[in-house]
Amino acid sequence: MQQTLVAGVRESRWRPALFIVLVIVLVLSALLSLAIGRFAVPVSHVAGILASALLPMEPWWTPVEARVVELIRIPRVLMAGLAGAGLAVAGSALQGIFRNPLVGPQIIGVSSGAAFGGALAILLSESRYLLIGLAFACGMLAMVIVYSISRQQGRASILMLVLAGIVTSAFFSALVSVTKFVADPDDKLPAIVFWLMGSFASASYEKVWLIAVPVIIGSAVIYLMRFQINVLSLGDEEAHALGVKVERTRWIALTAIALISSAVVAAAGVIGWVGLVIPHFARMLTGPDHKVLIPAAMLIGASYLIHVDNVARTAIAAEIPVGIITALIGAPIFGLLLRRTANKGWTSE
Amino acid sequence: MIDVQDLGFRYGENRVFRDVSFSLAAGKIAAILGPNGRGKTTLLKSVVGLLKPDTGTASLGGRLGYVAQRAEIAFAYKVIDIVVMGRAAHVGMFRAPGPKDYQHARNALSLLGLSGFAEQHFNRLSGGERQLVMIARALASECQVLILDEPASALDFRNQDLVLSTLRRLAEDLGLAILMTTHFPQHAAHIADYALLLQSADDAQWGSSEEMLSEEKLELLFGLPVEKVQVQRGDKTHSGILPLFS
Repeated sequence: MQQTLVAGVRESRWRPALFIVLVIVLVLSALLSLAIGRFAVPVSHVAGILASALLPMEPWWTPVEARVVELIRIPRVLMAGLAGAGLAVAGSALQGIFRNPLVGPQIIGVSSGAAFGGALAILLSESRYLLIGLAFACGMLAMVIVYSISRQQGRASILMLVLAGIVTSAFFSALVSVTKFVADPDDKLPAIVFWLMGSFASASYEKVWLIAVPVIIGSAVIYLMRFQINVLSLGDEEAHALGVKVERTRWIALTAIALISSAVVAAAGVIGWVGLVIPHFARMLTGPDHKVLIPAAMLIGASYLIHVDNVARTAIAAEIPVGIITALIGAPIFGLLLRRTANKGWTSE
Repeated sequence: MIDVQDLGFRYGENRVFRDVSFSLAAGKIAAILGPNGRGKTTLLKSVVGLLKPDTGTASLGGRLGYVAQRAEIAFAYKVIDIVVMGRAAHVGMFRAPGPKDYQHARNALSLLGLSGFAEQHFNRLSGGERQLVMIARALASECQVLILDEPASALDFRNQDLVLSTLRRLAEDLGLAILMTTHFPQHAAHIADYALLLQSADDAQWGSSEEMLSEEKLELLFGLPVEKVQVQRGDKTHSGILPLFS
């Protein structure tokens, strides 16, 4: 049953239908997310508020509702959507480049590196630009470290990659602890702790731009490289023999991945597992060709994180950090996927 | 087409081969023979440029198509997706293959009689079909030199015949220069014009197949007596190389 479903959706004639469904799901998710919350706004009012931005019309909603939607919820939904889309694209590209559906921005060290960079930036100043700059620099640095540890005789085995990721993440986590330890406990420490847990609670249009520009640029670069990523996913020797400049191509893609991941970390903290689970799920629907996989993962990732954020802000009276929910959902799903794919040769290298 | 001069390779202190020289013209096939671990694949990779030789040069007079030994792929790509990847050298960075590239891929598939497989998943094909798809991918790259690592060694009889006769046809019809490794002297005798015997790290012998695939030379190469046999079937004479197992 599962098999036939997967095989059926993979057929290219279903592809347009699949994308239409994914876009509809995303639009409905966004509308729903604008409506729900502790201050509920009926969907019809939300639709009116959005439409009034384009067309002049008599309001049938209250000014308070308009302010909540415009100033609080729209930036929040945009941020969650962009973060989800970005992480899913970054994860898809990473999995292709390393020929393994079991890697993600976390495993490759980017998240922990960016977390340290961000924590350091909060410690040093209030500047958002320093935050994203340091997050990117340290995310990139962590990735370079993981990559150089795992490479032996010109090859990077997946096991070595994962182990190098664990080592590097542990090191950067220790550095994060150092910044926490020296931070002012009344002021900087809580800021660092809440930022690290991952949240869209402080969403603003400024932050939307902060995350939108790197995510859009990074995703565009990765989408333009979709064919090169396909070729890299055959393995280094094959790609080289086919005439691809392996190292250069890989580094351009990895830089775009680090840019996306660290922008998300800078704007919303560490949100794990999205970049690992969503591409895996998207690949089941579309097959491995990155031309289709990347846009599909993008749409699914955006819808997913919007819904996770809905839960984060409505489930209990207080806000739950998004990173906690994605880990609670992602880790068990990933465990299941791991078991299901263990005999398909994906885990062996 | 392929010109190899004084090629030598060593892993650290271990010399694998030295002073390997040969040249292969367009439309000709050469086979590299040697026991396991003597460095057939290493030699092939040095010629291809995947390994850096410590002495000598290997130059290819045309675009290279390389078919590696292992044909397994981490993701479930379709055959057409795999074959179009042969166009990688023609498609620039930040570009995707266009209609022309897909046309090249489809032509390559139809040349090998694989048109019906285009939409199938590569990992579900048999070993022989996979090998042919890999050859199709090389053809899609418009290669003039085709280098293959054990293209027929892991296949059943029928698929061995299919792959070998396909290679013969590509050399004759398209004028490809083909260099391959093989475990089976029979395969070399069947299609190769030349053979390279890796007798030892210091002794690589190049010559015509008839000269190289003699009973004495093969016996020395494999450390086992071999007997050449001829079989008459209809109006065709088949020659075989029989290992005399102990």
